[in-house]
Amino acid sequence: MKMLLKIAFRNLLRNLRRTMMTGSAVAAGTLAMLLFGGFTSYIFAGLETNSVQRIGHLTVFRDGYFLLGAGNPAAYGIDHYQDVMKLIQHDPVVGPMINVMTPTQSLVGIAGNFSGDVDASKTFLGVGLIPSDRERMRQWDEFKAGRPYTPDSRLSDADPSRGLIGVGLARVLGLCAPLGLQDCPPLPAAMASPDRENAQVKQDLADLAAHDLGTDRAGAKPKPQIDLLAATSVGAPNVVQLTVSGAEPQGVKELDENYVAMPLSLAQQLVYGRGEHKITGIVLQLHRSEDLPAARARLTALFAQNHLNLDVRDFGELTPFYGQVVRMFSSIFLFIALVMGVIVLFAVVNTMTMNVMERTNEIGTIRAMGVRRSGIRSQFTIEGSLIGAIGATAGAALALLIAALINHAGLTWIPPGNVQEVPLRLDVAGRPLLVVGAWVGLALVATLAALLPANRAARLPVVDALRHV
Amino acid sequence: MDRFNPMAQPVAVGPSAAVVRLNQVAKTYRSGAVDVTALKGVSLEIPYHRFSVVIGASGSGKTTLLNLIGCIDSPSAGTVEVCGQKVGELGDEAVSDFRARNIGFIFQTFSLVPVLSAYENVEYPLLLVDMPAAERRERTLAMLEAVGLTAHAGRRPNELSGGQRQRVAIARALVKGPQVVLADEPTANLDSATGASIIELMRRVQEQSRTTFIFATHDPQLMSHADEIYSIRDGELLDHRHGDAR
Repeated sequence: MKMLLKIAFRNLLRNLRRTMMTGSAVAAGTLAMLLFGGFTSYIFAGLETNSVQRIGHLTVFRDGYFLLGAGNPAAYGIDHYQDVMKLIQHDPVVGPMINVMTPTQSLVGIAGNFSGDVDASKTFLGVGLIPSDRERMRQWDEFKAGRPYTPDSRLSDADPSRGLIGVGLARVLGLCAPLGLQDCPPLPAAMASPDRENAQVKQDLADLAAHDLGTDRAGAKPKPQIDLLAATSVGAPNVVQLTVSGAEPQGVKELDENYVAMPLSLAQQLVYGRGEHKITGIVLQLHRSEDLPAARARLTALFAQNHLNLDVRDFGELTPFYGQVVRMFSSIFLFIALVMGVIVLFAVVNTMTMNVMERTNEIGTIRAMGVRRSGIRSQFTIEGSLIGAIGATAGAALALLIAALINHAGLTWIPPGNVQEVPLRLDVAGRPLLVVGAWVGLALVATLAALLPANRAARLPVVDALRHV
Repeated sequence: MDRFNPMAQPVAVGPSAAVVRLNQVAKTYRSGAVDVTALKGVSLEIPYHRFSVVIGASGSGKTTLLNLIGCIDSPSAGTVEVCGQKVGELGDEAVSDFRARNIGFIFQTFSLVPVLSAYENVEYPLLLVDMPAAERRERTLAMLEAVGLTAHAGRRPNELSGGQRQRVAIARALVKGPQVVLADEPTANLDSATGASIIELMRRVQEQSRTTFIFATHDPQLMSHADEIYSIRDGELLDHRHGDAR
């Protein structure tokens, strides 16, 4: 074996230019796979971080809500949700895994801005949440792939009337100027001149909202306010007033034009009125993503044991976009890996075929000396493997270097589904499996590619090989 | 342990006095669309421990005969027996192992492994018979000393002259102590003075080691050293006579 390696290595050095060309092909393949793999890894981590910060790893719903609840969230409220949360929190398996557990209430309704000269309304998709829990969730960054955390005080536990809306909804409701939003056109004149009938409706809604909130509009803060109209769980119309403390872009236009976030108590007041306050979901953010399958399995078992009609869904199910992006980039990575594999295959086959042709007489000589066919096969296969190993090592080293340079260059980009720039990073060094996988994969392809000419060399009749000039 | 003597006599294998026995051996090649008959029913016996020469014109079948004796080709008809072993009864791996232990080759073009030094080229056959490292080293150095190349042990073939390369090839053929050494036109690529020194070397080695040497040649110098001379023409054995050196 030592002699085989010695001969293989020296023959590679003997044809240095050819070896370098083929090794470069392997290195380029490894480099491309690792850089793209590092990029996709970072995208996946970024998307996961974004999702987990917003909606946690797991959400507990009442059975049926996931498929049917969007039309009438109030009908799928979780009874005695504090007890359920205590059950989860005190579970010896799931409890320690949880970073944040918080209740949420989804709702649908109509948002209207009837202040001043504006008279605009729009359906909305709302979510009620606990602002302090939301802030804790925003700090989750297991993969160091999120934006640097900056505290957001636009929602506050102390002020249940304050909320956030999507930039699109702010535009439709004519709140661009009051909120100081840029690139936001004013409403057409027709929508800014209410007729007498609308003015009466506007006054009625304002009175109703003031009554439900127990406050007087005259005492409200000088911030834009909108009225939120929704049906309660028993079907009665209900209105609350929301002080819009800011607008937040949502990345997807449809969501951007419908999004309203408000404190949980306000959402519950709107949906349940003076009835029992329920929630539509319990959001669980775990310390580590790798605990997700175990936590989900445990929760499912826990609910079954306690005869609770609850359903557990992970963030991948709740944001199909995440799965679509993962599948798309995985397909592209696979395609690149295949192309690189084919290039390496042909490069190594070509080089090793030339080596076999040039050394046919040598093959005949050592076969005559008593080297078996398997010895010849091993000789050329080892040479192919060495080319693959050297090229893949060079490619991996280069990929790590380039990734480090890019990571320190301060480049930014806007990932799919995001609206803000994030640092552009290539996560190569942090993905040892990716590096080892690409290295082993291409070295293996080079080895397999060498097998074809090696077999041909091994099958050469000795006398024909000796006659070869 | 006794020190390795590169000139020690090999032990004869099998009961026969002939190291090579050919019985009605024929060989036909396919060359394009034409069948070429290289040997036509050759029967001969080559005794042990002799300096035997096969002579004949180009294309007479000398090399084919040596290839069959060297077990690197198989006859179309007839049987080949080397060192008492009927070669046709062996599979490919067994034939390779048989060659590794019993047969040494010296080629016209030297055919050294270009990426190995003189020392490594000589050592190579010993690796094929799984010889322990210490014994391998001892044998290799002794063999290089016997062919006068100790000072050039670390040189690659391209750093050696033609005569030195052929000396390395001789050392490589003999280092494992084979029963038979086959040499196909070993002096054809050398000038006459170098060729003469190589013949002298081989003859000396043969006399001391008592290894059977079989040459294919039309070099008159070589023929003058022969114990046995086999003449071949158009694939047929014309005659067998004892040489002048006997």
